Amino acid sequence: MSVMKRLQMIFSAKASKALDRAEDPRETLDYSYQRQLEMLQKVRRGVADVATSRKRLELQMQQMQQQSEKLEGQGRQALAAGREDLAREALTRRSGVQQQHSDLSAQHAALQGEEEKLTLASQRLQAKVDAFRTRKETIKATYTAAEAQTKIGEAFSGISEEMGDVGLAVQRAEDKTQAMQARAGAIDELLASGALDDVSGTAKDDITAELESMSSQGGVELELARLKGEIGAGKAPEAIEGATPPGTQSTSSEAQRLEGERP
Amino acid sequence: MIVRILGEGQFTVDDAHADLLNGLDSGLERAVESGDDASFQSAMDDLLTQVRSVGQRLPDDSLEPSDAVLPAEGSTVEDVRDLLAGTSEGLIPG
Repeated sequence: MSVMKRLQMIFSAKASKALDRAEDPRETLDYSYQRQLEMLQKVRRGVADVATSRKRLELQMQQMQQQSEKLEGQGRQALAAGREDLAREALTRRSGVQQQHSDLSAQHAALQGEEEKLTLASQRLQAKVDAFRTRKETIKATYTAAEAQTKIGEAFSGISEEMGDVGLAVQRAEDKTQAMQARAGAIDELLASGALDDVSGTAKDDITAELESMSSQGGVELELARLKGEIGAGKAPEAIEGATPPGTQSTSSEAQRLEGERP
Repeated sequence: MIVRILGEGQFTVDDAHADLLNGLDSGLERAVESGDDASFQSAMDDLLTQVRSVGQRLPDDSLEPSDAVLPAEGSTVEDVRDLLAGTSEGLIPG
């Protein structure tokens, strides 16, 4: 059978089942109205939850942007100091950060879409709940229990369908938000671990540490390499190793090239 | 007829378009049965686009039930199968 007809039957079966349960159909009206108000609360909480996740993503994106700019600056600084290896490391990390940033950007767009949909859903439900309340009062004032049956059925099935729809939308949004929160938590950990550098400025990342140690120690490592070269008589200066301090991933050939170029 | 797109709202569609919608719906049904997500996505796309283009939005405060209900945009073939499955009544909140 047709998909859209089957789905419609599932929704309407739910409404008739709820109606059948009530002894006096007019009781259903008040009970249903309470459920509607609860659902309104739920969808509003859903909107707030999605907004919270969206804001958290925005904060992380901002941190990553700062980190990307910082790494670019470090790359420039390292290159000016003749440390192409360090510059390459900074730019490699920057490209990783940018990748993360563009992933987050896609997630952000998805959350924003979810937030808009849920906001509209809550407006639609509000309009229907208001209409239902008016209809409910009219029915209770005008009809006897027996007469009310049909009228109640008419008012009830439309709102019941809306409630099911909104309930599903809230569930979908919750699922997405939960997945997003797990991911955001992982990114926070990544940011805190220094793998993307600590942007709070309280801890120094290794590139900063190395750049600073280069200037403060007057290039001790480079001096050391020069001395090693002098001691290792007979060795060609290009073969010098050890110019690269531990912790960086420079290729030794880059270091040799830079050493060779040094006057 | 009134068509609901889940997560989006209700549309009034003139009965003149019923045949076209039913045809597209059959395509969707075949895609759900085959479980092929690519053909499911394209069938969904066709159907949703059609309903939005020929349908008129029902006012928000209308309490009319729908004659047909379509899955939400972005649903996967598994989502729809879950909805249609025996447990689906329990899946629909409210």
